[in-house]
Parts: sequence; C-alpha cells; structure tokens
Amino acid sequence: MRVLVAMSGGVDSSVAAALLVEAGHDVVGATMKLWGGPSDKGCCSVDDVEDARRVAAQVGIVHRVFNFSDDFEARVVDHYVAAHAAGATPNPCIECNRHLKFRRFLDRAVKLGFDAVATGHHARVVAEQGRWRLCRGADRAKDQSYVLSVLGQDQLGRTLLPVGHLTKADVRARASELGLRTAAKPDSQEVCFISAGGGRAAFLGERLPLHAGRVVDAASGAEVGSVEAVELVTVGQRRGLGGGTTGGQSRRYAVGVDAAASTVLVGSYADLLTERTALRDLTWVDRAVRSGSAVLAQVSAHSRAVPATFEGEWLRWSAPQRRVAPGQTVALYDGDAVVGAGLAA
Amino acid sequence: MAAYLDYAATTPMRPEAVAAMLPFLTERFGNPSGVHAVARAARTAMDDARERIAADLGAEPGEVVFTGSGTEADNLALIGVQSRRRGTVVCTAVEHHAVLETCRALGGRVVPVGLDGQVDLHALADALDPSVSVVSVMLANNEVGTVQPLEDVVSLVRERAPDALVHTDAVQAVTWLDVAALAAGADLVAVSAHKFGGPKGVGALVVRHGAALGPIIHGGGQERDRRSGTHNVAGIVAMAAALQVTVATRPEVVNSVGHLRDRLADGLLAAVPEALETGPRQGKVAGNCHLRFPGVESEALLVLLDEAGVFASAGSACASGAMEPSHVLVAMGLRADEASSSVRLSLGAGSTGEDVDLALEVIPKAVADLRG
Repeated sequence: MRVLVAMSGGVDSSVAAALLVEAGHDVVGATMKLWGGPSDKGCCSVDDVEDARRVAAQVGIVHRVFNFSDDFEARVVDHYVAAHAAGATPNPCIECNRHLKFRRFLDRAVKLGFDAVATGHHARVVAEQGRWRLCRGADRAKDQSYVLSVLGQDQLGRTLLPVGHLTKADVRARASELGLRTAAKPDSQEVCFISAGGGRAAFLGERLPLHAGRVVDAASGAEVGSVEAVELVTVGQRRGLGGGTTGGQSRRYAVGVDAAASTVLVGSYADLLTERTALRDLTWVDRAVRSGSAVLAQVSAHSRAVPATFEGEWLRWSAPQRRVAPGQTVALYDGDAVVGAGLAA
Repeated sequence: MAAYLDYAATTPMRPEAVAAMLPFLTERFGNPSGVHAVARAARTAMDDARERIAADLGAEPGEVVFTGSGTEADNLALIGVQSRRRGTVVCTAVEHHAVLETCRALGGRVVPVGLDGQVDLHALADALDPSVSVVSVMLANNEVGTVQPLEDVVSLVRERAPDALVHTDAVQAVTWLDVAALAAGADLVAVSAHKFGGPKGVGALVVRHGAALGPIIHGGGQERDRRSGTHNVAGIVAMAAALQVTVATRPEVVNSVGHLRDRLADGLLAAVPEALETGPRQGKVAGNCHLRFPGVESEALLVLLDEAGVFASAGSACASGAMEPSHVLVAMGLRADEASSSVRLSLGAGSTGEDVDLALEVIPKAVADLRG
C-alpha cells in the first residue's frame, strides 16, 4: 500500500513511520507546516520539522513539508478565537484533526495517489464486516480516540494508526531500539499555537477585545465579584473568579458565561451539576445512534467516560455530572468504540 | 530519466570551475594575507581572479569585494552604505529577500511594480527625495525572470536624489545578460558564483570608486577594510573560471536556451487547459518559464513532478522547508490562489531538449491528475 504518514517530529509518528516501512508499505513522510512565528513550539517548529526529516532519512523514506498554514489559521485559530469571544471553550486539536489532518492532508494524499494516510495517534481503526470502527488505543492512559471522535467512515477507511496497539512505553522502546532521535522526546501537552510565555490570555488578548465582567451569584442574582476578561472564563472553573468567596461560604464555580452581557454566573458545586447536556453539530463514526440508546460519554481528552442516555439533541446523564463548557467536544462510546461526537451547546 | 529545471535555485558547477579550484583545496592552500611563498601563491591566484572578474563585470579590480554569498553582498551594499551615510533605503517590491528584508530592517521604502513585474517608475520617482541614501533595483528577477529598466532607474535617481547610490542585485542576471554594460551606471552590483556554474559560498559586490561603504563584518581588514575574514581562495578562483566561461559562451547559451524555453512554455500553454504565463516573455531572461495552472496547488504539483523526475520550484522555501506564498507574484497583483497555482521552470547552460521533452510529457499529465 502507498501510505503518506503525517510526521509531527514526535516519537509516536516516528515509530508509526518505521512500523509502516517494516510492514513493507511504500511510505512517504510529510510534516504539515501549520503555524509560524515566535509562539511556534508545537508540531511545526523548525526543530520538529528537522526531527521528522532526520527520522525519515533514518528509516529510509522521502520526507516532504506541506504548508497548510492558511487553513490552520482560518479553521483552527480563527475558530478558537471566535469561540472564546462567544464565551465558549473550544478544542483546537479536534478542529485540527477534523479540518487539517483528516481533510486537507488526506485530500492531498489522495490527489497524490496514496492509498492511505497514517498518524501516530494512540487509537485503533478496526475493520468489521466492511465497516470501520474507531477503538481506544491499547494504552488507556495515552488513548487519543477522543480527539479523533469526529472522524467518519470515509476517513477511517483510509487511515492507519500503526502505534494504536502499542503502549507508550512500547513506542519509546521501539524508537530506542531503532536509534531514533525522537525516542526520549517529551510528549506535547498544550495548545500548539500558544506560547508558554504569554499563554492563552496574551494570545487571545492580541486577537480579540477582552471585556471585564461581573461575577453574579446564580441563585440570588447578587453581584459578588468581577473578572478581568469574561472571554477567558470556562464553565466549571473555580479559580480567579474575583473574590466570589466570603467567609463560611462553600466553594463557588462558574456555572455559566454570558459573553454578550459580560457576566459570569457562579454557584455551589451542587449548582454546577446537571442531569443533561445539550449537543449540537453531531457527527457519527458510522450509523447514527438511535435516540434512547445507552452510551458512554467523555467530555475531555483525559476524563473518564460516564454512562448516559442519548436523546437526540440531549444527553441525559445516568448520575448528575458537572456542566460541560459550551464548545467542548463530547465523544460518545459504545464500550471501547467511538460512535460519534457532538459539541456541548 | 530526469530533468533539472531549477537553475534559478542553483546550477551545477562548470567543469572549468571545478578544475580551477581543486589545487587551492590541496597543495596551494595558503592564506593570501601572509608574507611567505605559500601565501604568495594563493595571493597571486586571487589577484588574477579579481582582475578577470572585474573585467567581466565592467569594473576595476579594486572595486571588487569578495563576499560569502550573494545575500551577503546585498546586505553589505545596503547596510554598508547606511553605515557611512544614514538615510532612507529604497527598493522594489519584487527584490530577493536578501534585499527586501534588509531594506525593511533598515526602515526603508518599498516601491510597487506593474502587472508585468517591472518597477513603477512614477512610484519610484515619488519615493525619491534628498534623504534617500541608496536605491536597490534588481537586474533580473529570480522568480519570474523580469528584467528591470536599470538605466531608467539610474537616471531617475541621479535626477531626484543625486547623493543616493544605486545598488543592483545582479545575482540572477549573470548567465543571461551583459551585466558589465547594463549595470555600468550602478554604484554597487551584487553577484553569486553558484548561479552561474561556480561553487556555493562565494559572491562579490562591485563597489565603484568613490562610493562610500563601511564593513558589516569586522576583523582583520581584508578586502580593503570592507569585508574581513580569510579569503575563500578556492571559491574565488572557481568563480572567476565560471564567470569567464559564462561570459564567453553567453550569446550562444542565451540563444539555445531561449529556444528550449520557448518550446517548453509554448508546449505547456498548448497542452494544459487554462495554463497562463506570468509576465510578458520578451521582458524576461531566456531561462525563465513561469506558468500558472488554475485549480492546481503548486505544492502538490511539485511532489508529482519530483516523483516523475522533473525538478522544479515555486515561490521560496522557509526555514522548515515549506513553500511560502510568493511576494513577487503578490506584488504583481496576483491573488493568493493564483500565486499558489504557479510553477517556476528555470533552465540553464546545461539544459537539453530531453529535459524539455520530459517536462512536456510529465507536467500536463500531473496537472490533469491533480485536477481530477
């Protein structure tokens, strides 16, 4: 098979490339140039491209660089900024997978005559009766099926995830055995386009007007404090809510953000809990799940999936859960397999 | 089968240049700044090279300053002038980054070009005033091959900013144009050996007598205090040899490569639906073929061409190796999507009819595949 492997310069995609070559595929490596400038510490810094290029040379494949920075800016960065402006909490990595890795990159691969793309994600694509299932990676602690939960059959049918059946320790061991320079490279953690120095506040502050906001008690309607930037508050947040706690009062959480009114609603932990969460922009790995079905729902990359009933536009939790920040992806599972995803409304 | 169509990026070395430099990598290894026989052997060879290069560029030997690259020569021209007479730097919007980024770093003015890629002389006139210290206008463009009206530029500068110096980046011109004649009016002229069959890592800046220029690299005071650093004797000797053969064979190379280029451009314009040529061909150097294929991403096209053994280019590469949108095409009024559907096929002294045949076979098919 002709495979175009997306090489970020990290250890997972390095080993993915090596495994594909070992398996006898006709492999080309490519690194996406997505972002630039001083904040560029993510998957497209010059150091990371060099790591990808050197690993490609070591495993004996051609390495290319594709400049997709126009799409990244429009579809990931602008989306991220707009979501914050509306008081929502976006998942830029998921938007990048949706629009860049598994659309622009996959389209490019198909145009160039490749049969499939591969990435270093820890998840598994499993063929079953002519359909494709997206399952959790073998290493539960490193499982990345959540960030791939927006993929569908068209994409999964042309996607290989060569390290999905390995643990992270296995991946590093293979990289060491092969003498790959990325063997001990730390995992990437943060949003790739935001610099460690300035952080989210500085990044957003340069791109949208940040508004000071009132902190209002959800039950009494009393103003109990203020925040410097309502756009930076996430539902569920406890810190930095501007003196909302007074002596003897329990901990206060952000339970709602109204960016238009520059208001953050706060309440107790009990107020933070909800029985159901509205979903929008649903996508399905294969067929849509029927309303009334039991699912497991996961609301962030590293949280546990918890039982719920899918009710079309709603998810009814089996036990009350913390409110999900609007804009967060909710991935729906049937056991180990992703069945779909939606955005918390 | 392979066709190298990226001579504007770099050229293979002329055998004469390779032969000329080899002794200076081995037995004649001396540092020309020394006082003994080993040093003298190197010094003599370098003096000979300087005289020949000066003659081929229409300069006096004492006007030739050897540098480590064309980019360094451009930097030396602009920054070196500023160090002696602080003023305003002016350049065109289609200059190579070596000039454009230096001009920007010095807070200079950037003058627009027309749709044909030629500097807008009215806009240039407006940008000139007595505060201007140096005006930089390239002789031939690296991406689209456009030849600039340097004599008109010189006249305009003398009239509007009589104290300003004129610099020309002639890096892309040497293979194709009589630089000695066309740049005779310029005060500063930059060239780079690897663009005309010499080695990488050596260039030169012609600095006319009387042009005040300070160094940007300080040290032992080589090159009459204008460029310190031990001389790259082997590179300088090879540059002289490459330049000599380039100048001697220039009329026939321009003629034969011009015919190859025309066959390539006309063949592709006929074979690829909606293909467009960037800029009028009569205003270009003979080796440049710059085409646009609407609906095709040049980054993808270059991959298919590479796989088929046709080695071409588009825009310029950034530090990561990714293709960047061309500032030259944007300056010529093209939209981003037009600029990103372009390809530069650049021919040179070693180009053959087989190269053109392969390109004519591969490119229409690759474009059709990408258009699906």
